[in-house]
Amino acid sequence: MEFDVIFGNAARAGLGPQAAIFALAAIGLNLHFGYAGLLNFGQVGFMMLGAYGTAIMVATWGGSLWLGIPFGLGLCVAFALALGIPTLRLRSDYFAITTIAAAEILRLLIRSSPATDITGGPFGLQAIANSFFDLNFLPDGRFGWGTFSYSSNQLWVMIVAWILVVLCSALVLALIRSPWGRVVRAIREDEDAVLSLGKNTVAYKLQALVIGGVIGGLAGVIDALQQSGVGSENFEPQVTFFAWAALILGGLATTVGPVVGAVLFWFLREGVESFIRELSEQGWLPDILADFLDGAEGAISIALMGVGLVALMALRPQGIFGRRRDLHLGT
Amino acid sequence: MSNARSLRSVVALVAVAVLSLFLFGSAQAQDGEGEAFSGTLRFGGEPVEGVRISVVDAAGEVVGEAVTGADGRWRIELPGPGTYRATIDTDTLPKGVMLRDPERQTLEVTVTAGRSRPLIFALGEPVSRGPNVGEKLAQAVLNGVKFGLIIAMCAIGLSLIFGLTGLINFAHGELVTLGAILAWYFNADTFGAQLILAGVLAVVVAGAAGGGVEFSLLRPLRARRLGGFQFMVVTIGLSLLARHVMLLFFGPDRERYIDYALQAEWTFGPFAVTPRDFTIMVLSAVLLIAVAVFLQRARTGKAIRAVADNPELAESSGIDVDRVVLFVWAAGAALAAVGGVFFGSVEAVDWLMGFRLLLLMFAAVVLGGLGTAYGAMVGGLLIGLVTEVSTVWASPEIKAVFALGVLVLALLLRPQGLLGQRERIG
Repeated sequence: MEFDVIFGNAARAGLGPQAAIFALAAIGLNLHFGYAGLLNFGQVGFMMLGAYGTAIMVATWGGSLWLGIPFGLGLCVAFALALGIPTLRLRSDYFAITTIAAAEILRLLIRSSPATDITGGPFGLQAIANSFFDLNFLPDGRFGWGTFSYSSNQLWVMIVAWILVVLCSALVLALIRSPWGRVVRAIREDEDAVLSLGKNTVAYKLQALVIGGVIGGLAGVIDALQQSGVGSENFEPQVTFFAWAALILGGLATTVGPVVGAVLFWFLREGVESFIRELSEQGWLPDILADFLDGAEGAISIALMGVGLVALMALRPQGIFGRRRDLHLGT
Repeated sequence: MSNARSLRSVVALVAVAVLSLFLFGSAQAQDGEGEAFSGTLRFGGEPVEGVRISVVDAAGEVVGEAVTGADGRWRIELPGPGTYRATIDTDTLPKGVMLRDPERQTLEVTVTAGRSRPLIFALGEPVSRGPNVGEKLAQAVLNGVKFGLIIAMCAIGLSLIFGLTGLINFAHGELVTLGAILAWYFNADTFGAQLILAGVLAVVVAGAAGGGVEFSLLRPLRARRLGGFQFMVVTIGLSLLARHVMLLFFGPDRERYIDYALQAEWTFGPFAVTPRDFTIMVLSAVLLIAVAVFLQRARTGKAIRAVADNPELAESSGIDVDRVVLFVWAAGAALAAVGGVFFGSVEAVDWLMGFRLLLLMFAAVVLGGLGTAYGAMVGGLLIGLVTEVSTVWASPEIKAVFALGVLVLALLLRPQGLLGQRERIG
């Protein structure tokens, strides 16, 4: 068994662009739920708008990428307002259901045939990130050792993405320590008490929703850049669950939780998949089991992720860095 | 002898030459005539004379006109290859003669170089091509009721579990899939059991699975005083696990049950329904009524409503809340599995069917009033109707958008749901 191959694959995924994208999505969710108590199950909708806004500006309207990114993030702001103004007055479980539904509405609309002229429908949009990769100052070739290696363009995406992760983490930390952050956290603990102090709690929650949504939108922008395209199949509701899994694993209401959670999430996911691939190729297993495993690593790793989530809730519900006293947030 | 043979070969050669000349000539003749539209107008087998037909090019310029002769024939020469629109002047048609399809008064046709294209303007009694809007609407309403009943049945458990324990069960869709897939295994794969037997077996197993999850996992976790959010995450984990284990064993393809697959439709006026779908609708309605009667009359049913209303009060008045919750999990899972078997029978079985249905179930329970059984029924029916009726006007690929749109609208206008109480939404 080639453990260096498995470890290399896992490390590549754990530090790669996908991990940075999920870290950004989880940072947004952390602001939403960890600090403001908003149970957002539609984070993938924000990612989708960031990605599609950027791609539509470039591929459909022939605009500049540097116009497309703010356009995509602007769509996220609009989505947050459209979602938040009607639903933030409701209890958190209603908010959860509305957000998951709204994100799925968006996805179905984007991939429908009437929208094909703008969004590319089921085919998506391609070749959008040329001006981003033109800025790549790294030399060509591969960087790294064995399976733990990246192409020049991947590394360029990673540098930008991880810098954004650090900036967004710092931004959220600064916000949370500000007077604004204290009000938001107080709303999470006891909204009525904050209301009685004369604060407009809905406005604060709306602001948190917009900021976290824009951070989720950034995740989508990076996703569109690293693939140099968008496709609706990348934005299924499952993506939101994975971002939640990363956040919960790291720990809610902590600064490093979402980042470490996303790294670990992708490290474990790719590690398990690579392990299963190796296992089925080794020839140690009886044929019937090897045949079963062949090509099944994706489903097995997600099924194990489900087991992991249940086990985490049973054994360490606060995650790695979380605090036990934060467990009864929001609901 | 040799002379005769050579003569014969000369004759043959000449014949070939003449024939090829003839063929070539005719081909040339066709080329020479250039591009044209032509046709013959007939009504009931008789030629129709004096009807004007005109042709315009892509720019809208009239390029030719013709009036049909005594034999009904017409022909319009075209200036060259391209796309043209030929229009029949219906005012010049004799009295009582009309186009069979009024929408085909103008035909847009592309002509390639050197071709003469025959065009057919079919005259006769107008027959509707496909169902009209009214018939489509009737059929969509029927389909909507069918899917609505199934969604309602699937969603009762979801709503009651929320009502009893405050838990949004993200794994409820997987109970639907589990029922459908188990029935497929019993029916089409291993045992070859008849679908009704297979379905009953699947429902029993799925009900046991639902009860098992509550008994062996959620109840111990509740004793650890986890928050509502952590329970939600547990159900997300269960849903990921169950869905992908089913994918592993069942595979990504859509499958159908063996029984009742192909049936002739019964038609009642504008409604057409297969005996299978009719039976499913009747059974669903009977089951829903049975659930309602059970909740109103039976001891356990009353206990369920009491716990849903106020768990502490119910517990203090001697109701065993844990037992009630266990019962609701098992019964809700069984109902979801029934819905899965019905849905798999009407459409097809696949590993993602329940997850796709979950969002519609969410819409149904919120629309009807989160936590109430009757709300799930009303909401399910409405969601089924909205999705299917939308296909009369909109593309079927976005029909779920309308259901989810109704959900968002309902939250704006009446967030407590149609049958919910205002105080429940906090």
